[in-house]
Formats: sequence, structure tokens, C-alpha cells
Amino acid sequence: MYKYDQYDQQMVDTRVEEFRDQTARRLAGKISEDQFKPLRLTNGLYLQLHAYMLRVAIPYGTLDSRQMHALADIADRYDRGYGHFTTRQNIQYNWIKLAEAPDLLADLAKVEMHAIQTSGNCIRNISSDHFAGAAADELVDPRPYAELLRQWSSFHPEFSYLPRKFKIAVIASDTDRAAMKLHDIGIQIVERDDALGAAFYVGGGMGRTPMVAPSIRDFVPLDQLVTYSEACLRVYNRYGRRDNKYKARIKILVHELGAEEYARQVEEEFAHLLGQGVEPPLAELERIKTYFADPAFQDASNDTIDRSDPDFALWVDRNTVPHKREGYVSAVISLKPVGGIPGDATARQMHVMAELAKSYSFDELRVMHTQNIVLPHVRKAQLYTLWQTLEAEGMGAPNLDTIEDIIACPGLDYCSLANARSIPVAQKISERFAETGKTAELGELKLKISGCINACGHHHAGHIGILGVDKKGTENYQLLLGGSEAADTSLGKITGPGFSEDGIVDAVEKATDVYLRERSDGERFLDTYRRIGMEPFKEALYG
Amino acid sequence: MKILTGNDLKSGAVIWWTGHDWSLHVEDAVNVGERADEIARREEAARRVNAPYAIDAELRDGRVRPAHIKDRIRALGPTVRPDLTLKPADPEARHWVI
Repeated sequence: MYKYDQYDQQMVDTRVEEFRDQTARRLAGKISEDQFKPLRLTNGLYLQLHAYMLRVAIPYGTLDSRQMHALADIADRYDRGYGHFTTRQNIQYNWIKLAEAPDLLADLAKVEMHAIQTSGNCIRNISSDHFAGAAADELVDPRPYAELLRQWSSFHPEFSYLPRKFKIAVIASDTDRAAMKLHDIGIQIVERDDALGAAFYVGGGMGRTPMVAPSIRDFVPLDQLVTYSEACLRVYNRYGRRDNKYKARIKILVHELGAEEYARQVEEEFAHLLGQGVEPPLAELERIKTYFADPAFQDASNDTIDRSDPDFALWVDRNTVPHKREGYVSAVISLKPVGGIPGDATARQMHVMAELAKSYSFDELRVMHTQNIVLPHVRKAQLYTLWQTLEAEGMGAPNLDTIEDIIACPGLDYCSLANARSIPVAQKISERFAETGKTAELGELKLKISGCINACGHHHAGHIGILGVDKKGTENYQLLLGGSEAADTSLGKITGPGFSEDGIVDAVEKATDVYLRERSDGERFLDTYRRIGMEPFKEALYG
Repeated sequence: MKILTGNDLKSGAVIWWTGHDWSLHVEDAVNVGERADEIARREEAARRVNAPYAIDAELRDGRVRPAHIKDRIRALGPTVRPDLTLKPADPEARHWVI
């Protein structure tokens, strides 16, 4: 994985000291909250419902064991012994003290981490495929390109005050595991005539106006990747609306201009920029690529999995995915125990995951946008020992991509923007389906919950989505069906009137009963919904 | 009644105006009537509170209860982590919120 050079480290260290000074001045009353707020937000420090919340960037979700240990130590030293892994592959701490934040950032910097650009109207943490570098189906490892864009976008002066926040995802396989088309810019590394290039999708997003990004260009040569990205941003920065926060995202600009006209303007800007020397030399990309070289895989082709323990066999079937190297798999550590808080991990669990990565996965971990953790390179012969530790530590739930593997934003339990609680609904649903034993029968069913219209819980993209709203001071939950954030990206549709906290759990069960009744062989919930439409579900819910 | 709340500048903890100081406990909050803005300005300038604002509340069984669920969650702590709330040993506390 990428290692800081002296410039990276100096930038981060300098920022820590700058923030230490800003914090001291705030605490001494030399600057007001109005002056300080944009400074702390630039460093990822929010004021949330109960305390300050710090969002730490995990570039494209990749961590080593040293970093995971450090995140655990931070949870113990500065927070209340846990952290929350987010849908942007980051981690958030909920109970930070302002006076201690500079020391926390200094500890992060020691392990090449920071919280810069995790808030504000700038280019945020760049996300990617959590199986990058391991997936059997990828063209190349997309992370070097994500890293190149991370370096380009860090402290980019022209893009520090965009009309709104800006999110980029990079993938390199046809199977989209990063919700790429629901980003401001989605990039897929593709191959044409034996050459690699980038397909650009621009203007996707969730939030109050969900949109699937249209294709803007199907092939940008990789030695023009940064230049084309800059052209996309420049057109947005110039014409994106700054008069209305709710219409300021690039998706609104692309929608209002039309994808064709936006693309035309980008091409015009691109042609101009090509002569400006924006693109870093290819040698820089080659330098970055060396950090993402394959680890020293062993010949594991004779490895077998002893499936005599049925619980283990179930976990293998559910939570491991094929690897590009024979004898290896990527193993998913579930942070979704039945009745648990999706994405939360205790300091102890983080230490355990770090040690497992060191022992079994070439010192690497990945944060999934679905709020689980991946050990990307595990030998099949070592899976049983690994699983036993996960089981003992409450991280062995065999539920990847099932109805118990719920994405949930922090909701009203933690977030000052939320209108309703998300976590208790997730807990009740996972308990209900674990109790009824229907989880296995339902197969792949992605359920996502947001506590407000900002959609941090990706409810628009759930096969089943739930949106919490405030109905005259009472929590109310709308049900959506038919969303997807995979290669077949689609946006869910609201079924009808909302439900109470307990009512939404019943409603989800009724929707799944319709699926079980109506499905054809091999159909997932989403496939059945697409085939039979909304009416049978409405009938079951409201009839 | 109107009560005044905000966050402690240094710790970020949720605090409530008691009439002469700030408390972590909403039951200590007093009715500030029309004086919310004046108190908020003064206390913010003294750096004793961050982002203060007034909310509606009622007296129920002699105890102050914020009108909106968001402020009741602020007053107690996350409903999903009773151990981290101000009343970890009180099984009724969650019902007070909901």
C-alpha cells in the first residue's frame, strides 16, 4: 500500500501544528466560532448531537495493521472505546474533546493518516473497490489511480471552495462494488485496443435528489486522467450553483445542462487544459504503482477447506469471495452481529482485526462502504483458524449481502442532521430475521437505512431502502423498493405512506414474504421486484 | 417553557442553562422565557458554551422534558448505547426519550 514520502508527511505534520494553533486561539477566545468552524471542519471535526465528532480519512479504504492498531488506540485514548466505520470507507469517533483534537491528529499523522478534506465543499476521500488488488474479476488494481487522484485533489487550491462537497470513486471491474455511478464522478478503468483508459460517469449521487451518473466519456487515456478530471471539476466550479445549497451538487448542473452539453463543455475545457501541463508525469503513476504490487503470494494451489464444521462452512460460503490467486480468498469480517450497531467496532476488535491482518493477510485490511472489514488475501488453509478468532470476538456473523448485513447511518442517535433513528430499526430487523430463520432463504438482499434525506445510509440504493422522517415530532419510516448500487444501478421507489418504528419492521417482513411467494428460480429479491413491479408489494403492505 | 442548551466549548458535552451556570443534566434547566438570546450571547462570548440555542420543553411529573425527541436524545445520550448515557443504570430512561 502507499507510503508517505517526505512531502506527504510534511504536509500532514504542518497541518496538525496549524490546527493546534487554531484550536488554542479558539479556546483562548481570539477567534470566534464563526471563524473557527470552517477551520475545524476542514480538519474533519464536526459538532454533533452529543459532542465533537472526528471523521478520519481512510484513502480508498486501505489500511495496514499499524494503522488499525492506531485507530484502536485513539478509540481508547480520546473516545469511549469504539469507532464507527462509515459508508465512505472512513472511520468516525463520536466523543472527541476539542482541546484534545490536535494531539489526536498528531497521533494519526504518526501512522500516515489524517482527517483533512473529510468535510467541507472540497474533494472528499476517494473511494474504491474494497477487493481491489485481490478480486478475480478486476482488470487492474484501481488503487494507484485513486491514489494519483488523491494526491492531485489534496489541498488543490482551485477546488478548495467548490459549490458543494465532491465525491469520486474509482473501480476496475464490471462488477461495481463501490456504488460508482452514485458519485459526483465515477471512474471505471477499462481496456480498449489493448490500452487502458478511464470511462467517466459524472453527476450521480444520492441525497435529496438522487441521480444515476450518465456516461460522459467512455475512454480517457490514462496519461490524461488527471487533466480530464480537472476539466470536469473546472466546469462544475464555474457553473455549479452557489445560491442554493440544495441545488449545488454537480448532479444538478449535469441534469440541468443535459449530459451532452456538460460533456461538450468539459471537452472544450479539456482541450484547453491539455496544453497547460496539468498532468503529472507518467513516472509518478509508475512510482505509485510500485506501492500496490502484489504481496509475496505462496503457491497455495493445493490448499483445501475442511468443511466438517457446519458453522464454519456457512461462513465460508457467505463471507469469502474468490481471489485472483489460486488457493487464496478475500474474507469479510462482519461488523453486523444480530442486534448490533452496523459499522461499530470496539478498540479491542480493531486490535484483533489488525493482528489477523498481520498473521493472515499480508498486513492489509480494507474498509467496505457497506461498513464491514475485508482481509483481502487469506490462504484457504488458514481460514478455519481465522474464523475461530472472529467467532470468539463477535465478528464471525455469516451474513455478507444478506438482509442482516444492513447499512445504517448513525441517525438521530448521533447525528444532528437526522430526523429519525436508524440504528434501532437495523437492530430490530436483524433480530427479526435471525429469529424467523428466513435470512438464508432470502439470499442476497441489500437493505439500507438513512435517518434523513441526506442519504448517508444509501437508502435509495437498497433492494429495500428505509428513510426516516420527522412526522410532527414523531419518527416515521418510508419504505423504498428496487434500488441498487451495483453495475445495475437503480433508484428505489417509495411504496406509499410511512410506518412507525415497529411498523417498518413488519413492513419489511411483508415485502420479503411477497418475494418468497412470487420469486422464480434463481431470482434475487431485486430481480423479482423488477419483474413483478410495485403493485403486489403495495397490496401486501396496504391492502 | 423555553430552556437554553448548547455544547461545552472544550469537551463538546451537551449542557443546559441552570439560571446561573451550565449543567450536564436537563433536569437542572430553568425557564429562560424571553431572555434566551441575551444569555446565549453573553455565555458564548465568555466561551462557556458553543452553539447555544433555545428549545421548547415541558414540566412532566416535575421534571423538565424537551419537546422534541432530538433534544431528549441530546439530554440522555444515544438510545442504542445505554452504557454511554447519563443514566446507564436506569431502564426507564429510554422510555423517557421515546
